Amino acid sequence: MYDFAYHKPASVADAVKLLADPDAKAVSGGHTLLPALKHRLNKPSALVDLSGIAELKGIRRVGNAIVIGALTRHVEVATSAEVAASIPALAYLAGHIGDVQVRNRGTIGGSVSNNDPAADYPAAVLGLGATVHTSARKIAADDFFLGMFTTALEPNEILTAIEFPIPEKAGYAKMKNPASRYVMAGAFVSKGPMGVRVAINGAAPCVFRQADMEKALSANWSADAVAAVKQAADGLNADIHGSAEYRAHLVTVMAKRAVAAAG
Amino acid sequence: MPQVTLTVNGQTHTAEVEGRTLLVELLRETLRLTGTHVGCDTSQCGACVVHINGESVKSCTTLAVMANGANVTTIEGLAKPDGTLHPMQEAFREYHALQCGFCTPGMVMSAIDLVQKNPQGLTEQQIREGLEGNLCRCTGYHNIVKAIAAAADVMHGKRSEIARAAE
Repeated sequence: MYDFAYHKPASVADAVKLLADPDAKAVSGGHTLLPALKHRLNKPSALVDLSGIAELKGIRRVGNAIVIGALTRHVEVATSAEVAASIPALAYLAGHIGDVQVRNRGTIGGSVSNNDPAADYPAAVLGLGATVHTSARKIAADDFFLGMFTTALEPNEILTAIEFPIPEKAGYAKMKNPASRYVMAGAFVSKGPMGVRVAINGAAPCVFRQADMEKALSANWSADAVAAVKQAADGLNADIHGSAEYRAHLVTVMAKRAVAAAG
Repeated sequence: MPQVTLTVNGQTHTAEVEGRTLLVELLRETLRLTGTHVGCDTSQCGACVVHINGESVKSCTTLAVMANGANVTTIEGLAKPDGTLHPMQEAFREYHALQCGFCTPGMVMSAIDLVQKNPQGLTEQQIREGLEGNLCRCTGYHNIVKAIAAAADVMHGKRSEIARAAE
């Protein structure tokens, strides 16, 4: 790791000021950034540790939505009574990210801002039609995830919270790489105020909505309805862990399992 | 250089570190607490697990500065000053839950967090899932799982001492 300056601001406003330096990077749990820095993939001038900012913490119900602060760790979402009661699929997803120690440090804001193709949370954000709150504005999930490791966030814009509309039903299923635990292909499905949504993660360079499956489920909410929908292999990831055709096959299998889990 | 003050196994330390200094480097190289191991250095193997404020974390993926003000417990902090082992350590010995021992400090620290977070008790499946972040290349995990179940009984007050392993 190259060395860097370390700052721990107490407010979002101070953090935004520190991140005006284009070579500074925000960090909270560090479970994606620190491994990248060890490989010297990045040479930040400074790390701006957001973990001391109280206003970015906590889970609360606001009307018909659950609002989760950016610094909320995976373990807190997984064990939240509020989340379990209103969006159990989200609690399930959070409880199956990485391993116990990753869930004790990693945060929802970090996972969503990083937009790793094989991360779990982007599937829930897109699959529930959530709204991303930032230090400057609110962004709909459909406009947020732009490509591999790329989001609509500006360089010194900080993700502050995510607002999840409470669905009637939702389910998540993934096939994990057995060594790294990262998602080979996953599906988050939901039916509710945002309509019927199917978000696929792990399979392509960026999380995406599967329109044919959404259409099939709108007509008939059942695992059988998505079983008939084939995902095209074009544009999907192919690597030593699996071909694009294999991942395309997994997309349908995971969507079936997610609908079955949603009930 | 940033300065950190943290409590390790009940003792307060202040040290100057670089921003990039990992918690495990501070523990091993500055404080000379070499019971915490570095295996993979990529947050996968769990040999470096310590507790920060009672929660298990991978100290190879935590900056020392992030632990400023925290209460850290390492494997060295478990046994009593007279050498009496923690029930988890005792159970690992009784059930032969280690061979080379490299993963053991991390296994023990993860296992204690797992047992403490589940006062209602743990099924074998829950123990196995709870060890997802710790790799052991010797034992096949079987005796580790047995040891944790035996230690849980003592830690939760169901037994006064570790159940003997079958001969």
